[in-house]
Amino acid sequence: MSQSNRIGGGLIDRSRSLDFRFDGRTYQGHPGDTLASALLANGVRLMGRSFKYHRPRGPLTAGSEEPNALVHLRVGARQEPNTRATVAELYDGLDARSQNRVGSLSFDLLAVNDLLSPFLAAGFYYKTFMWPKAFWEKLYEPIIRRAAGLGSLTMQADPDLYDKGFLHCDLLIVGAGPAGLAAALTAGRAGADVILADEDFVLGGRLNSETFALGDASGPDWAKAAVAELASLPNVRVMARTTVIGAFDHGVYSALERVADHLPEPLPGKPRQTLWRIYAQRSLLCAGATERPVAFRNNDRPGVMLGAALRSYTNRWAAVPGKDVAIFTNNDDGHRTAEDLVAKGVRVAAVIDSRADAPRTNRYEVLAGAVVTDASGRLGLTSVKVRLASGETRTLACQALGVSGGWNPNLHLTCHQRGRPVWNEALAAFVPGGTLPPGLTVAGAAGGVMSTAGCLASGAEAAVAALADLGRKAKPADLPEAEDAPVRITPLFHVPGRGRAWLDQQNDVTVKDVKLAHQEGYISVEHLKRYTTLGMATDQGKTSNVGGLAVMAEMTGKSIPETGSTIFRPPYTPVPIAAFAGRSAGKDFRPTRLTPSHHWATEQGAVFVEVGMWLRAQWFPRPGETHWRQSVDREVLATRRSVGICDVTTLGKIDVQGTDAAEFLNRVYANPFAKLAVGKVRYGLMLREDGMVMDDGTTARLAEDHFVLTTTTANAVGVYRHMEFCRQCLWPDMDVQIISTTEAWAQYSVAGPNARKLLQKIVDPAFDISNDAFPYMGCGEITVCRGLRARLFRISFSGELAFEIAVPTRYGDALMRRLVEAGRTFDAVVYGTEALGVMRIEKGHAAGNELNGTTTALNLGMAGMVSKKKDAIGSTLSEREGLNRDDALILVGFRPVSRDETFAAGSHFIAKGAVANAANGQGYMTSVAFSPNLGHTVGLGFLKNGAARKGEILRAVNPVQNAETLVEVVSAHFVDPEGERLRA
Amino acid sequence: MHDLAALTPLGGTQPKTDRIGSVVITEVTDRALVSVSCRPGGAKTFGTAARKLFGMTLPGPGSWAAGDRWSLIWTGPEQWFAEAPFASHEDIARIVKAGLGDTASVTEQTDGWVRFDVEGDGVVDLLERLCPVPSRRMTAGAATRTLLEHMGCFVVCRTEAAHFSVIAPRSFAGSLHHAFCAAARSIA
Repeated sequence: MSQSNRIGGGLIDRSRSLDFRFDGRTYQGHPGDTLASALLANGVRLMGRSFKYHRPRGPLTAGSEEPNALVHLRVGARQEPNTRATVAELYDGLDARSQNRVGSLSFDLLAVNDLLSPFLAAGFYYKTFMWPKAFWEKLYEPIIRRAAGLGSLTMQADPDLYDKGFLHCDLLIVGAGPAGLAAALTAGRAGADVILADEDFVLGGRLNSETFALGDASGPDWAKAAVAELASLPNVRVMARTTVIGAFDHGVYSALERVADHLPEPLPGKPRQTLWRIYAQRSLLCAGATERPVAFRNNDRPGVMLGAALRSYTNRWAAVPGKDVAIFTNNDDGHRTAEDLVAKGVRVAAVIDSRADAPRTNRYEVLAGAVVTDASGRLGLTSVKVRLASGETRTLACQALGVSGGWNPNLHLTCHQRGRPVWNEALAAFVPGGTLPPGLTVAGAAGGVMSTAGCLASGAEAAVAALADLGRKAKPADLPEAEDAPVRITPLFHVPGRGRAWLDQQNDVTVKDVKLAHQEGYISVEHLKRYTTLGMATDQGKTSNVGGLAVMAEMTGKSIPETGSTIFRPPYTPVPIAAFAGRSAGKDFRPTRLTPSHHWATEQGAVFVEVGMWLRAQWFPRPGETHWRQSVDREVLATRRSVGICDVTTLGKIDVQGTDAAEFLNRVYANPFAKLAVGKVRYGLMLREDGMVMDDGTTARLAEDHFVLTTTTANAVGVYRHMEFCRQCLWPDMDVQIISTTEAWAQYSVAGPNARKLLQKIVDPAFDISNDAFPYMGCGEITVCRGLRARLFRISFSGELAFEIAVPTRYGDALMRRLVEAGRTFDAVVYGTEALGVMRIEKGHAAGNELNGTTTALNLGMAGMVSKKKDAIGSTLSEREGLNRDDALILVGFRPVSRDETFAAGSHFIAKGAVANAANGQGYMTSVAFSPNLGHTVGLGFLKNGAARKGEILRAVNPVQNAETLVEVVSAHFVDPEGERLRA
Repeated sequence: MHDLAALTPLGGTQPKTDRIGSVVITEVTDRALVSVSCRPGGAKTFGTAARKLFGMTLPGPGSWAAGDRWSLIWTGPEQWFAEAPFASHEDIARIVKAGLGDTASVTEQTDGWVRFDVEGDGVVDLLERLCPVPSRRMTAGAATRTLLEHMGCFVVCRTEAAHFSVIAPRSFAGSLHHAFCAAARSIA
């Protein structure tokens, strides 16, 4: 198909043609085109269907503020909904489809909604579909959702990569129009670190859409030269295709760079988009302004667009939406459009100027004091009806109508920290208010300076001021002569009359809807917005907010500033969720920490579990084992029978040194530490200030002034942070230094009756680890494997004779292999966290399930450990009456009365015969495992006055799974209650 | 001499080097590392002992310094990391403790960390995609603590815009290496 509506000129590369598809038809365009400009050049005005009424729509704008021309761009997993055709850069092979339709774009079955519009007015779903109640969720809502809406998701994973990044600058300039370029030249030449970001792929802003000269050059040529100079400066970073989407605290801005959206697909390994966090010392908003429409009946016909958009399509893209064009304006800008069209040889049917004192010319017909009252042409504009100043009606045949209702400064970023814009009577628009995000200033049209000369000057001056604020001198850039026309506007927001006049075209909100809201009492701007959904679409009402506000002002008889103002939130334009996720997707969602034996464990086919960020081996399946319990039972039995090895590196290790180290530990632990002998280890209970148990672990004294304490894996960071707080803030005068050594040492537990024998094959003979020389709770620095420095601790979590041995991490893999090899004589096993858990439950040792933040030392049966002879964190508040009641929860063991039955952690204890409810709760089960040693399920749990209730039979009730088991209260120590094994 | 073979943080027998575009990412394993904290009340004696041992004045906040054998990184109030060749200083904590005595608390950190050196023209572009520090503005001698893809680390500028070291907890080595390679491919 030929580009029937393509005219001469423009910033497109006619030497190359690009094939693209829209709704299955192939068209041609040129590099430099957007999808919208290329479609218009091909005579296509109908590009979408509206949200609610499925009205046929064409582009209203030529930029990112577009409410109508939304398409599905690309195919397959890369298909993206709601892409604005007005900013989608054309590339060879582009494939787009219209959305929100049933049937074809020109025959949409759901257009029936348009006929039902009297029933679908603002808030209709609050008033209808009330009965029967159950129908809402299952019937009404799905139907409404199907009928209303925008694009759809493919439900396929996004195949592209998204980067994040961080930039720093002295001055961030948002927008590269005349103001932004003048500012960047000024600051760049002064040597400041400048970032100049613009959402467009050609920098220059309106300069590329206008025919003004800047000095001797055309607007586009001047912009091109300015950008070339800026790109040559090493201190200036020019970022095209980059939208600054938000202004956040402390001079932080977020910007989305569309790295590869102009390509068929991103290059291999390269990101599609990059989300930048910009730290700016100062920032300058030069985002320009957005033209707004005037609402009249059927003003949403395809072909009705903003006057400035018409100018952009004509001047920049050499595409006109029709051969006969009319203009409807309330200000001088409409005449600018008419002049440009005439100059390009486009027939201007008339300029309908609502002002009685409209400028006169002989180059086109001016209908002064006239307004457009209606538009015809359902799938594309054919004519407009004009009410002349005389009151007569005239019909003008045209395929396009440019509407100019005045310009709204793009002040969005000034509102991101709750700044409120103020009304400017001369411009009939909101301009940035006095409260801006700290460090941000505004220049050019964004600040209400509407002429080109004014923009250039204000940009240069603002840059000088911003740098002066940073203590840097700068000279304003030499600026070319440029147009300096004043703004002449007589506000007109809508043409009164019958029928529906569209305010928010993306959310299908009409003047009538605003009137209805007023009639029903939704007068506040915030209520108006939510009741009618005006301005709540993906365009955030860039072309509709002020119009809606003006209609409401008219209803209430107040001025616009009295009626209120709306503010904006980030992001300025829609951002794919994937860009916020960046590289944190799929298996790279967060980093993982690997243990020293990880590679060995992988070779063994270990099954891993995430513990915090760590990957820990959960069990090690052997050939023939088909169920995890088989592996875990084997590991437990082999360890208790002979010896087992387990990687316990993940437990936090904190090195504590200093002459006050012992006293420091005495204060952070509830039990005494001052007198722990060198070469000994002690179990420690750490309380929070409120008396609840925070963490537990063992602490070894390696020297008078040197301890190493361990924490649980999950609490390693929290405990370290707590100790730093104590050291720095509570007791800054103490001589104590702490540092994490968790990762520096590979640490393995060697547990079981043969643990010593196995270790004796590793530990160098100079070190005696016999029971006499190295008794339970002993520790020492030793060497292994003929000279490697190591640490040995005789501690036990399993309840067996056990040691933990630590070597520098780089040797951890080799030590694991050596232990396994040396262990063959003893049929040693390596066990994972599941077997570890089974053994600690069998032994009655508390772990994370019991240290759950709501339990005290008393609950854990360790009240005696809270020393009364000293003050330690939490000891005073642990004495609170409420925590020391006679019926306090106490940790005890449970077994099923019928041994072949089982039960689940989380079950609640209820007396036999009592109703199973919270009031009758006696406590709850925290940990459950199958004990292969006992041959039945065992559990640990908290039971009211539990210590005195051994032998009692209770019900373990599990309402979640509708299960119930009779259990007997027993000692928590199922295995070796006297602790003979661990002292062996 | 013991007979246990060492693995690098990435799990190899030899340190890994990746060349992607103009960036070279090297796993550095030949440096021993130790933390040194000055004990209260002994700053003067500590300063003298440290100068004698390390052959240089202790660097201040945000910086690091290097001599023939030692390099020192400021890591926090009254705390430094000291680096020395691994081959001669494997038992680095004992060596440093012997030199500083009771003026300092000394803890071996060699295997607590992984060090990657990133070098080449694109190194700042690479770091800008990974961590919030102003790497473009860092000069040789600058060192700072930061986050890199959720991982706490030190970024040390060896040569302005050309050579940086990133020192992060050893267990993160694989994830850190993945992050470097992904970012390097982005800018290659």
